[in-house]
Amino acid sequence: MSATSGVATGEYAQGKPPLKPAKRASLHDGSGRRAALLIAPTIVLLAIVILYPVVSAVSQSFTKDAGLDPATGMFVQGGFAGVSNYKLWLLQDCGSGAFSCPPGTLGSQFWTATGVTFLFTVVAVTLETVLGMIFALVMHRKFKGRAILRASVLVPWAIPTAITAKLWYFIFAYDGIANHLLGTQILWTGDGWAPKFAIIIADTWKTAPFMALLILAGLQVIDEGVYEAAKMDGAGAWKRFVHITLPLVKPALIVAVLFRTLDTLRMYDLPAILTHGAGNTSTLSMLVVDQVRSGFNAASALSTITFLIVFLVAFIFIKFLGANVTAQKAPKAKKAG
Amino acid sequence: MATTATTGSRGKVKVTSSGVEVVQRRRPLSTTLTYVGVVLICLWGLLPFYWMIVTSFRDVGYTFDTTPWFTHVTLDNYATAFSTARGNHFGRALGNSVVIAVAVTVIGILVGVFAAYALARLEFRGKFYVLGLILGASMFPGVALVTPLFQLFTNIGWLNTYQALIIPDISFVLPLTVYTLTAFFTEMPWELEESARMDGCTPGQAFRKVILPLAAPGIFTTAILAFTAAWNEFLLASQLGGDKVQPVTVAIASFAGAQPHQEPYTAVMAAGTIVTVPLIVLVLVFQRRIVSGLTAGGVKS
Repeated sequence: MSATSGVATGEYAQGKPPLKPAKRASLHDGSGRRAALLIAPTIVLLAIVILYPVVSAVSQSFTKDAGLDPATGMFVQGGFAGVSNYKLWLLQDCGSGAFSCPPGTLGSQFWTATGVTFLFTVVAVTLETVLGMIFALVMHRKFKGRAILRASVLVPWAIPTAITAKLWYFIFAYDGIANHLLGTQILWTGDGWAPKFAIIIADTWKTAPFMALLILAGLQVIDEGVYEAAKMDGAGAWKRFVHITLPLVKPALIVAVLFRTLDTLRMYDLPAILTHGAGNTSTLSMLVVDQVRSGFNAASALSTITFLIVFLVAFIFIKFLGANVTAQKAPKAKKAG
Repeated sequence: MATTATTGSRGKVKVTSSGVEVVQRRRPLSTTLTYVGVVLICLWGLLPFYWMIVTSFRDVGYTFDTTPWFTHVTLDNYATAFSTARGNHFGRALGNSVVIAVAVTVIGILVGVFAAYALARLEFRGKFYVLGLILGASMFPGVALVTPLFQLFTNIGWLNTYQALIIPDISFVLPLTVYTLTAFFTEMPWELEESARMDGCTPGQAFRKVILPLAAPGIFTTAILAFTAAWNEFLLASQLGGDKVQPVTVAIASFAGAQPHQEPYTAVMAAGTIVTVPLIVLVLVFQRRIVSGLTAGGVKS
């Protein structure tokens, strides 16, 4: 976009053919320094609010908690802990070898929390993607009252997650409307599978419409002519969907799935308020917060592990599934470098 | 549906002049399906929200009444929500949320505008890495900030202060504003800036007098997104805040009932309605802009 405008003005200014070096010399004199000045505040702020905490969390995760030394009864500063904080979580090592964390302790909950976090992510994101795709296909059709539809899909998005959690807590109450409509008496925030379903349902309700909007944006850039051509060749609706819509919407779809996946992996508010971790629904983020109260440094190790998991999943998406999150900007950056 | 579509398109190929007639013949089934879909999607989005509103106006004695329309209507729940008798401070929390969300939005926009301008408009070395860094920041799990910030704020005596809630929120609002604004700025008619500069404006003047007015809608949209994000924040506020600076999300989550362990459902629904309705109104009024803002940040390719 800016490339075309730049070319046009370059011509106008110098009465010369639009040569790129000339354009840059006239338009972007000292733009490197200007850019640095303009970007500096953002970088500085992000360094304070993200880089500092990350560095300090990582260094804390290798430190022992200060406290009373059981051997001497004296108060001692932490000191270097090696990887013991990581062993607590990964090997459930509460001080006397692997799997020494008694059931019920936070250490013993690590793998359950990891499992349930991934369960939520896989199931909820799959449901949201399928529903979002259906919603987007409906919304893509031409009909009157599109504004109403767009507004009503934005409603779940606009409600704060904490309020969403409280709303579904009420819907899923024992005497609530969900049990009434289903004719059941399920303890939705009790034990077993019900609380997991409750969280997945509430999360899907809230974010499937958002997914639909992102997919719809991808659908809208597809050229209608491709469909017309396929129709003439006798391709049915399903064939057109599989061979045209899906491949062409794939870039938008993968980015949407990536963002939702990362959001679900770090989910906190919804399960914390809806089930309070009942029925093994404590996510990794909830486990970190629970641990903060009993030992900062072990909490730092767990939050570092969570961070690495999120980072790894993002990396896999970008590297292997070809999620192009900076689609528009990449070529331009190359030109500059 | 498939056969209807195929016959329709075959008819269209045969006669171009009567194409209108063919299209209309094809319409009924797919139009009906579309409208069924539209109604189902609207119900999906609105029904739980409607249930919140109905309950918020329902007498507390009829909390679990399942009548689908407004019955036993009362405003008591709204009074209960604002009542401080049970140690709830919803009114104060509402004020806190406004202070925090406005401050976060203003800082996020002020700082983000400059970075986004540079990213959209200037060619410079390392641009790709700056974008990657900002994107990486937006992927960061909030829970990783809790421990270090809790300790830091304890040491410098910031727990239970506004700045302790405002500054960490920047970590997710700033990447959002930079990213969305960059997408908006990339699509602006920058020729105008060049013309202004040829007429003798300095880069600063050209930006203020020409670009900023043009960018206002995009900035406004981004501000709504940033405000919504800050208004919704829960995790950091629940850990780094205290009673004095508690925002509404935390206040509602910990609402106390008349007796211990009694969930004040109707009052919670009333409080939820108060917190949500202004946002819903904002969304209804600016829905077109909000959709473009949400989808601008990367999905458009």
